[in-house]
Amino acid sequence: MTATLVGRELKCHVGIGGVVTGEALVASDNFSARYDLDRIKGIFSRPQHALAGQSYDGKILVMNTAKGGVATAWMLYEMKARGIVPKAILFNAANTILAQGAALAGLAMCDRFEEGDVTTLIKTGDTVTIYPDEGRVVVEEKG
Amino acid sequence: MFDAEDMVTVSQAHMMADPESLGDAGVAFVEAFADLPVDQRRVAIPMITDPRGVDLSCYEPIGQTEEMANLERRFIAACQALGIMMTDTCVNYQTIMPPVFGDHVAYGDTGVVIYSNSVCGARSNFEGGPSALAAGLTGRTPRYGLHLDEHRDGTCRFIVRERPVGLTDWGVLGAVIGRLAGSYWRIPVIEGIEHTPTSDQMKHFGAAMASHGSTPMFHMVAITPEAPTLAAVGGEELAAREITAADLDALRSDFGGAGSKVDVVVFAAPQLSIVEMRDVATLCQGRRRHPDTDVIVCTSPTVYADSERMGFNATIEAFGGRVLRGTCFYQQYAREIGEANGWTRLLSNSAKIVNILGGYGYKPALASMADCIASAVAGEVIQ
Repeated sequence: MTATLVGRELKCHVGIGGVVTGEALVASDNFSARYDLDRIKGIFSRPQHALAGQSYDGKILVMNTAKGGVATAWMLYEMKARGIVPKAILFNAANTILAQGAALAGLAMCDRFEEGDVTTLIKTGDTVTIYPDEGRVVVEEKG
Repeated sequence: MFDAEDMVTVSQAHMMADPESLGDAGVAFVEAFADLPVDQRRVAIPMITDPRGVDLSCYEPIGQTEEMANLERRFIAACQALGIMMTDTCVNYQTIMPPVFGDHVAYGDTGVVIYSNSVCGARSNFEGGPSALAAGLTGRTPRYGLHLDEHRDGTCRFIVRERPVGLTDWGVLGAVIGRLAGSYWRIPVIEGIEHTPTSDQMKHFGAAMASHGSTPMFHMVAITPEAPTLAAVGGEELAAREITAADLDALRSDFGGAGSKVDVVVFAAPQLSIVEMRDVATLCQGRRRHPDTDVIVCTSPTVYADSERMGFNATIEAFGGRVLRGTCFYQQYAREIGEANGWTRLLSNSAKIVNILGGYGYKPALASMADCIASAVAGEVIQ
């Protein structure tokens, strides 16, 4: 499977979840499901957020780090159950809450990229494949 | 993901789990444990709860639905089947059983964790509801992050020149430092606080820092127990950043709104201590809120009972305020109750809650407790 991909490869810390491919939605902003989302509409609702008004459904979010409190640990599971949820989340630095939220919801999550700031290494619209067990992400740039 | 090598025994677990966060799926997840045979579903250690999302003695008047209440009832029944004590509080360190120095615990609620790590010298990561539940059922949690000495040293250093006065000032200072620290893996060391703050001041300071920065711990030199000196937490090698009046003003300006109509004044996040209940009641004495401005006060069930006995609740209610027990405003379907009541401009003395509620459709503003009550009387924001 790996051999068929032609994108750039990024190395990160071993993460959570299974192999997943999707379209990236990127911001050098932080993330909390409680602080930032309208989870019914499936959009970023915090006016100050870099992605305000944009849909996160089915996207691979690429963000700087976790924001705020502990609610996201439950919320990702609840979002997955209703089918309006990101496919995966990549961070420069995840925290304990986002990691367990992803684990419970069955989402892929990785962080700590060797090449530097992941929010500049991946662009919105790129196709991203995440291999959490291998600590590896393949990026195919938007045509 | 965080390279824990083994587990650590914990003395208490504290679970954040409001029905808005849980949804039907999350409640069903916990109910699945409650359906196990009795000998397989009891918590192994004392386990307590963060605020609820519905005060079952007062939900219709604030625009919550029977569906929300039923989800809450199902969750409470599941928790009770597991032997969880429904303390429904984010100020357990003031009201239930504060952890002691070196105590490993599994606490949810970032305000609880930062206070316990920093002020008490206990050891906890931010535990989300699922991992707190696992810790409660097993008596253990993975040994990583704040359980380890190497993650408790300072990583950034701040000098405060102006001592905060009121609770809101402490919250603003915490928020500024949290934003500058900016990550769960950064531990601020703070110099320049010459007198020991009160528990409520530390509460607002820490809760705001944890909210704005996702910060799990701070050191206050010569005040918090792990930082008798700057050197004790590795602070001497760190470049110092002075916190200026401009930093504090910039934070406040994000939550301005002086002169605009205020729809609801909220005292919550964290829940009020008995001292704060007294102070709010004192400010309410002999006054009456504007008919177009609602006032909500959230406290823990134990503080509520004391406040009732001491007459503070009656004074707040005579003012036109509503005292909720065992909830916290931002955890109780804030979007839906805002829409049901037509609340947009929200005023609070909590630097934490104003940070959270922008994404819920509110225009949050920040003012001192006294200015919040004055604003409730005037019907417009006084800052």
